Amino acid sequence: MSTRPFLAFLAVLAVLGLLGFGLLSKGETKIALGEAVPDRELPVLGGPGQGSIADYRGHWVLVNLWASWCTPCRQEAPELERFAQRYRKRDLIVLGINVQDNSDDALAFLRDYRVGYPQLRSTGDERSAAFGSTGVPENFLVDPHGRLALIWRGPVDEEFLQQRVVPVVEGRL
Amino acid sequence: MSHRGALLALCARKAPQVWLSTAVLALVVLLIPAPAAATSQTSIADVEDEVMCPICGTLLELAESPQAQRERALVRRLIAAGESKAEVKDALVAQYGRRVLALPSGSGFDLSAYLVPAIAFALVAVALALGVRRWRRAGGPPQPGGTGAPQGEDAERLKADLARYDL
Repeated sequence: MSTRPFLAFLAVLAVLGLLGFGLLSKGETKIALGEAVPDRELPVLGGPGQGSIADYRGHWVLVNLWASWCTPCRQEAPELERFAQRYRKRDLIVLGINVQDNSDDALAFLRDYRVGYPQLRSTGDERSAAFGSTGVPENFLVDPHGRLALIWRGPVDEEFLQQRVVPVVEGRL
Repeated sequence: MSHRGALLALCARKAPQVWLSTAVLALVVLLIPAPAAATSQTSIADVEDEVMCPICGTLLELAESPQAQRERALVRRLIAAGESKAEVKDALVAQYGRRVLALPSGSGFDLSAYLVPAIAFALVAVALALGVRRWRRAGGPPQPGGTGAPQGEDAERLKADLARYDL
């Protein structure tokens, strides 16, 4: 093979490789019910140490992705706090994961809305991407085995929690 | 007396012929930034065009979303606390991740963002240089007997042709 066609072949290959890399790197993450929840160690928001969803294995966990600048997150925070207090003794934990935010604003949000349930913090939107998230807030119910039982891409309210989350946790759905 | 004042006073005592030197020295002294100014204090405008609003996918200076407003407020707080541009950017990376940077860093995989265009430019330059060299060789200076005045039969034929067109 002469040099010129070989170089042209390499150039075309390089361009195709770059295109392929671009397409693959923009691929959306899909998660589905029944699959293992995307999980990893994250810093505890406003505190020392790390935590993960797996720390609550054996419990139902309602994971709430939120950010302080998100208006619907402000509306659902008091509902989630009431829900967390009411169901804490029934093996249901609400776990907040603060995403796409800065920690000062996030901590101010928790103080303003008197949120007491555990909080982790994801730098940037890496956790949002893992959950295939398109925005905040989004909520994911994780069963005691660490599998996704419910996905809700939007804010929750009392009605939703009682009609969609509680029946799953109590085995009525 | 400050160093600057002492230097100017010393220069002023010298003979008139050194006035030019004095003026130059004074200019240099005036142009040396004071220690307070040496700290690279930055501004919101200086940072905004180098960082992204990660949610919006645009430069922070172009973004007006709630997230952008909070990010801008954080930048203002950091600047007010006396942080330099580099420190502000480091703080933003710590809060929002590396995607907050509009320009890739100069290390690791990000380095390829600078190296690939440079290498591509160098390759194109080399290819152009080789191409020009080859082209110049192909169409170079006329060889003796090549494109010079016609000789022998050619000269005769040219002479005849020109005679036919003689007006």
